[in-house]
Amino acid sequence: MASDYLPVGILILLATALAFLIVLISILFGPKRHAQKTKRVQPYESGMQAIGPGQRRLPVRFYLVAVLFILFDIEIIFFYPWAVALRALGPGGFLAMLSFMTILVVGFVWVWKKGALEWESMDK
Amino acid sequence: MNELLLVLPPLIFALGGVVLLMVDLAIPRERKSLTAGMAAVVSAAAALCAILQWGLAGSGFQGMISVDGVALALDALVGVIGVMTIGLSLRYNALRGILRGEFFVLMLFSLSGMALIGHAANLLTIFLAIELLSIPLYVLSGIARPRLDSEESAMKYFLLGAFASGFLVFGMALVYGATGQLSLTGIARTLITSTSVPLLVVGAALMLVGLGFKVAAAPFHMWTPDVYQGAPTTVTAFMSTATKAAGFVALLRVFGVALGDLANVWQPAFAALSALTMMIGNLGALTQINLKRMLAYSSIAHAGYLLMGLAAGGVSGVRGVVFYLPAYAAASLAAFAAMTAAHNGEEDQSISAYAGLSRTRPGWALVMAVAMLSLLGIPPTAGFVGKYMLFQSAIDVGLVPLAVIGVLTSVVSGYYYLRVIVTMYFEAPPEGVAVTKGNRLSLHWVTGAIAAAASIVLGILPAPLINAVTAGVTSIR
Amino acid sequence: MLETNYFVVLAGLLFAIGAVTALTRRNAIMMFMAIELMLNAANLALVAFARQWQQLDGQLFVFFVMTVAASEVAVGLALIVSIFKSRSSTDVDDLHSMKG
Repeated sequence: MASDYLPVGILILLATALAFLIVLISILFGPKRHAQKTKRVQPYESGMQAIGPGQRRLPVRFYLVAVLFILFDIEIIFFYPWAVALRALGPGGFLAMLSFMTILVVGFVWVWKKGALEWESMDK
Repeated sequence: MNELLLVLPPLIFALGGVVLLMVDLAIPRERKSLTAGMAAVVSAAAALCAILQWGLAGSGFQGMISVDGVALALDALVGVIGVMTIGLSLRYNALRGILRGEFFVLMLFSLSGMALIGHAANLLTIFLAIELLSIPLYVLSGIARPRLDSEESAMKYFLLGAFASGFLVFGMALVYGATGQLSLTGIARTLITSTSVPLLVVGAALMLVGLGFKVAAAPFHMWTPDVYQGAPTTVTAFMSTATKAAGFVALLRVFGVALGDLANVWQPAFAALSALTMMIGNLGALTQINLKRMLAYSSIAHAGYLLMGLAAGGVSGVRGVVFYLPAYAAASLAAFAAMTAAHNGEEDQSISAYAGLSRTRPGWALVMAVAMLSLLGIPPTAGFVGKYMLFQSAIDVGLVPLAVIGVLTSVVSGYYYLRVIVTMYFEAPPEGVAVTKGNRLSLHWVTGAIAAAASIVLGILPAPLINAVTAGVTSIR
Repeated sequence: MLETNYFVVLAGLLFAIGAVTALTRRNAIMMFMAIELMLNAANLALVAFARQWQQLDGQLFVFFVMTVAASEVAVGLALIVSIFKSRSSTDVDDLHSMKG
């Protein structure tokens, strides 16, 4: 009985150890947090000096649009199986999908009316 | 169409939320109390519907949904909590500048998730209901942005809530792998013949971790004090009462119904969690000087008492849990009502700020005192009856040490609950606080008074509720 | 046909990596990615088990997990952006205005 748990126990140990190992490896071999200032990581003397931080900051509105895109995009996942089984599902399936879409449209109208889709007004 | 009757209360919450989302667009910013009123009507309608449906039992939607006494009891409870939270929100949210339409819409969505938990008959529906409950709450706790504490609370709640969801889903996946079933009754049926017990046990443990986060059981409670403290107080009141009730019904469904035959494995775990939660909650509350934080630890402690009922199991244990949930909700709502009322404008959360409240605001001091006594479990309050039922159920099944820990930690809790009463009644009010003779008859005051009165009425006359709860529990399917 | 166990072991590894990363990383976005990894590990396990039991239930569950994960992403990113705007940091160790 107890031996049934042995593989599970080994798996848990192994998994945790591996996870820690990966974190450790990235600490050991990854770029050091404060290494940027040392000579080693600077460009060649003849090269161009790095200007500004490597990560450019994007305006927040990109994130907002991305977030909205994810939300409305993922719903496709339900449309495909529904479309394939449309005939088999009959009117019940159609009604169910209609109510689902109504909720999505309500969300869309709300987002629209709240001005989240206005590219210009987001600057302020 | 008859199937829709089975989910009518959650459906009312959800439809009400969707419709209100549209209606709210037409309501001008300074008239948002209108949205609040409509949300309260929706919430009350759902609660009323659950009460009218009392006695209904059945299942539908290909076994995804079921209805029984516990489901309807949860619907009614969260509906009433919804109405009362809205009652508290009008004044408080207006003072804090967060009287927004979205606040009430999100609350309705969260309520629909809570109610759906009661009706869930499948791991999938339970997962969906829990997420429907949680995601609006993440936003609600951050609704006071750009206040730092509110944002921080939302961030912590979100990260730990999502983390817990990960555990929950993986646990569900393993249980599905072990049994080949997702429906709760299907799992219960195949449990005996399942050949992969380790998978089942690990899956159950992971689900326990996930749900333990949601009900704030130690050692998965670390998020609670920060989240409760940072969130707007009305949201905290809502979270600590309604979410806890829904979380415990989820535990009951998953472990009581689906994994009932595995009880000899998980009941010791529940007992251990219960003991740990009671100790950590009560000891943590001892040192708090912030009232809201103290109430957060107190809510952890109460999760411990409730877990005791689940560890005991059986009709008497579950009955104790289902009775204790409204008893705790009434006392907790009364405490948060008094807390939000005691100050105008910026709230001071330190306990010392409530010094002399009996002279400056006698009515609210009384409400707070009743709340503290009920949370402590002094007769004749509802808290006493509830704790008595829970401890008794533990003793009945031989969990005497657990009941002893419950009694001892309750004694410890006397220190911090009574300290609030002593501060209110025997300390001089701070300089420059206006003395209010009597309370203006406001919605806020009525809500607080009803919550306090419920704590006492349920303590003096618990029989009707106990009978109803017993009937509901025996109808679990 | 591959045994289900291989998939479950892989799912378990991914889940553990996600859980450990979520606990050790201090950056909200990294923690968030780790949580997504945990959810996807669960998805892998669900699909594997669905195949083992010759059912569609598990795959159906995955659809819902993915949708819920997307909603969580939306709320999470919005929170992160909101916090970043007021604090210019996504390090959870900077979130310490409350103590006790």
